[in-house]
This record gives sequence, structure tokens and C-alpha cells, in this order.
Amino acid sequence: MKIVKEALAGTLESSDLLVKVSPGPGTGLEVVISSEVMQQFGLQIDHVVRDTLARLGVTAGLVVVEDKGALDCAIRARVQTAVMRGAEAQTIDWSALS
Amino acid sequence: MTDLAFDLLDRLPRFDGFAKQTPYLKDPELKRSRKICPSLEDAIRRSGLKDGMTISFHHAFREGDKTINTVVDLLARMGFKDLTLAPSSLLSCNAPLIEHIRNGVISRIYTSGMRGKLAEAISHGLMAHPVNIHSHGGRVKLIQDGELKIDVAFLGVSTADCFGNANGISGRSRCGSLGYAKVDARHAGTVILLAEEIVPFPNAPASLSQDEVDYVVKVEQIGDPSKISVGAARITTNPRELLIARLSAEVMVHSGYFEQGFSMQTGSGASATATTRFLEGYMRKKGITASFALGGITGGIVDLHKKGLIERVIDTQSFDGDAAESLRTSPNHIEISTNEYANAGSKGAYVDQMDLVILSALEIDVDFNVNVITGSDGVMRGASGGHSDVAAAANLSIVVAPLIRSRIPTVVRRCTTVVTPGECIGVLVTDHGIAVNPRRPEIAQRLKAAGLPVMTIEELQQRAESLTGEPRPIEFLDKVVGIVRYRDGSVIDIVRQVKG
Repeated sequence: MKIVKEALAGTLESSDLLVKVSPGPGTGLEVVISSEVMQQFGLQIDHVVRDTLARLGVTAGLVVVEDKGALDCAIRARVQTAVMRGAEAQTIDWSALS
Repeated sequence: MTDLAFDLLDRLPRFDGFAKQTPYLKDPELKRSRKICPSLEDAIRRSGLKDGMTISFHHAFREGDKTINTVVDLLARMGFKDLTLAPSSLLSCNAPLIEHIRNGVISRIYTSGMRGKLAEAISHGLMAHPVNIHSHGGRVKLIQDGELKIDVAFLGVSTADCFGNANGISGRSRCGSLGYAKVDARHAGTVILLAEEIVPFPNAPASLSQDEVDYVVKVEQIGDPSKISVGAARITTNPRELLIARLSAEVMVHSGYFEQGFSMQTGSGASATATTRFLEGYMRKKGITASFALGGITGGIVDLHKKGLIERVIDTQSFDGDAAESLRTSPNHIEISTNEYANAGSKGAYVDQMDLVILSALEIDVDFNVNVITGSDGVMRGASGGHSDVAAAANLSIVVAPLIRSRIPTVVRRCTTVVTPGECIGVLVTDHGIAVNPRRPEIAQRLKAAGLPVMTIEELQQRAESLTGEPRPIEFLDKVVGIVRYRDGSVIDIVRQVKG
């Protein structure tokens, strides 16, 4: 999927996260993560975000994650939603969301 | 006369007028007003406070306290250095103390706990000397044993008379029980009362009594009572916390101790205080009443007291306005010191008579050890409080906590810091199930027979980890920033400076 416009998903409530995607200044993929549980789970969050982006075929753009201690399932869902909004996807590829 | 009598008379002082020891009695005005100081600064000068001495405060106003920061600010302006700060506890509102630690006004701290920016700064190595963290009962023990010698106590009270008879249930800013202050009034070298209102002599009831007070000074405001129930002592509407509260009430009911005349305490956590809401129905259904409720007293406990379901309320700290008002109006709502409440060195502590207690936890490990002082990031953010005191003495200690808090597991393999040893904990109640300490097989049997969701604590720990993933261990430096003292004064754990 190609991110063509800026889009948001999620909230800044405890146990949730806010994901912001945009086409980005460069050609590559840039992921910026800040989290309240960075010390304990920073690597795991980074892994889940990148894995979710890869499954959706996102190879370029800027993805900014502000995490408030969300579980992996919530992180995946918010990233998927932000990407689909940013890609103006009209149809859903369910297999990429599993 | 014999030689012996001559020897004795040689050593005794000779009469030298009626007012030799009490010169103020010669002045009809002075003899009444001698304790009143025109300003706090004057009171501090008269107290004889010197660099290197120990000062104390009570924390009954919790997040609404306006005494500790004000007094330390003034001490800094007056040029004092190297003081030991020994309040009964510290909270988020005490962040301004950071500056006074940096500039050398405060060099050592004894406290039950700390929160917010101050706790973060100390966890990151602000102080040269580690902070001593004690329980409420343990604080009195340290004082009695002579380790913690309070030179000057600054005690905020809503009303006092000119002689120092004071309480927290009359006047404007009422915190209710002065359970912590009573200990300082008894043991401090010099006692200064900061009173919002000076009332006609004799003020009653005298929670703090004239024979223990040196100076009285009128101040604008000692604290904001509306902020007492902010933070730890809040009332929850969170469905998950209410679920835990209902489960813990059911554990109490089926524990084997829920009989006519039982006694109970609920800690200051959200689920703990909410548990009382669910108890009423069970007490009425069984037709029983409690003989007493102890501890930090909440509106929930007061409600049951008013309904006749709890005969006496024994109050060392009032957690909200309802508790303070009940202390003022109910003859069966009794104010006690923390010495009477929980001191292991006291000749009789109320906790020793306790049946059922509900306690909170930041972390609990598979050996049932409880951490209530450090977060899972290693930063201090809580308080020892009466946790280890009541857990040690009660017939059954029930810890209530959500299985996970955001992404942080509460049930862990090993606590970051141990405050209360697992051998004192009977039952853990979470939103995912209940675990019973293997030391208490009879309790496990009763709860299972009642159809409650009992599982092993290892199962709960694995369930938590399957939801959150395995946290990376926190990195600590060598420097010790906190020493956790058990209620008998021994060292049960230490807190190291967090890296980064």
C-alpha cells in the first residue's frame, strides 16, 4: 500500500496509542516510536509496527507512533487503520490484516 | 540530722521563689500567651533548630498539603543546611523540595513513600544519601528505637488554642484524624503547631495536647482537604476495578473470617476502597456486623458505620471529608496514633486484632512478595504505608490488583522491590482470577467450594505475560537511592538508581 496523504488512528488514552502516517519527505520508510513503556517494551513495539507495515506492503512514508502502553493487538489495529486511511484504500485486503 | 541526710540536702536545690522554673507565671498576660509566636520565622528561631537537625511533618492532607513545602521554603530562606526531613510521607505535591535537596537544605529523608517528580529525581540519583522508606508502624519504631530523632516537628492543624490543644476536625481545612501528628507531638524535642485558626482555650477535643506543644503560630492555610482523596485515595467508577472489588468482597465473605463481630481494613487503592461498597449486601444477607474497621478511613467505611454495620471506626488517617466529618460527629469513630495503629514496638497495636485486610500492589510475584514502592520501570512511585504492618498481623491479607496495568504486568516472576514479604499474604485477587498462597490451603479450599475462580499464581503470571509480552529487565546502576525498612527496622530490600 502507498501512503498518499496524512492520516491518524487511535487516541492518547492509557492502554491505547496514536498512529500518524504521512507520505514522508524522503523515499524510504521512517518509523518514529515514543512509548511510556519504552524501557521494557520498546523493541517489541518497534517489531510489531514494522511487521504490520510490511504485511500491508508499506515501503515508504513517515510513521509516528505515540504509545500509551497498548497491547500488541491494539498496536496492529491502529497501524493498519492509519495506513488504510493514508492510502485512501477503498477495498480491504483481509489477508494482510490477519 | 544524720550524715546521710546532710549529703542528700547538699545535692538538692534550695527554694528560690515560686517562679524560679516558671518565670512566666509572674506575668498574667505572658503565662497564657507564651506559646503564641507572631510568625513562623519567630517560632523557628525560638525552637533552637540548627543545621544538621531533623524536622518532621504529618501528611494527613496528602496531595493537598500546604505545610511541608512552605516550611522548607522558609528554612531555606533562613539559611538552614543539612537537615534530615522526616515527614510521615511525601506525595506528588512535594516536587518543590527537589530544589532544596539540590541546594543542600535537605540532605537526608525518612518517609513512607514518594510520588511524582520528586520520586523520579530521587530514583535518578538526586541525593547523596539513600532515602529510608518505612511503614507507618515502622516509623514509630524507628523513633522509639532512637534512630530517628525528631528535633523539631511542624504540625499543621485546623484549630488550636493558645496552649496548643489542637485537632483536625474543627475550623476550615479539616483533615480529620491526626494519627501521624500524635506520634511527632509525643516524641519531638520541640513541637510547633501551625494553626489555621486560634480558638478560645480550652480547645476540645485535644487530638494534640498542650503538654506536648511548645509553640503555636497562626498560618493562612495548612492544606486543601478537597485534595486528600486525589491520587491513591480516589473513588473508582472503572468497571475493571469494580469487578476486582466485587471478587475481593466475595473472598472476604467465604474466607472463614466473615462472622459476627469480624474486623476489617481496606487500603487506599481504588479496588480496595470500592470493596466496601459490595460488602453491605453480604453483611445484611448473613445478618452480621463488624466490630471495627481500621486504618485509613474512607467514606465507604463511614457509610457502613452509619448504617450500623460497623460498630466502631478506628481512624489513624481520614481519607476524605466524610471520614473527617464522621470523626467529628460519631462517638464510635475513634482517633488513634500510628503507634496504636501499627507499631510492632507498641504494647498493643490495633492491627494485631485484625481479621481481614484488603491491600493494593504495584507488583506481586509468584512467591506473593508485594511491591508498593517502585514502578516496573524501577522509579519510585508509591508508599509503604501500613501495608507490611497490617499484612503481618491480620488473620488474612487479601491483595487486590489488575492483572496488567496498560502494558505492565502486575503479577510478575520477581518483584522489582519487596516491601511486604509473601509469607504475610494469603490471597491475590485480580480481574483474571484468584490465587491463594500455598501456605493457606484451608482458604483455597473454602474459596473453591464457593465457586470462586481460583488458580495458581504461576498461571496468573503466565497469563499476564502472554498478554503483554516479556518485559526487558530494567537496568540499574550501583548507587543505592532507597533503603526499604521492614516494620521492625530491619532492611528488607534496597532500591538502586535507574539507568538513563
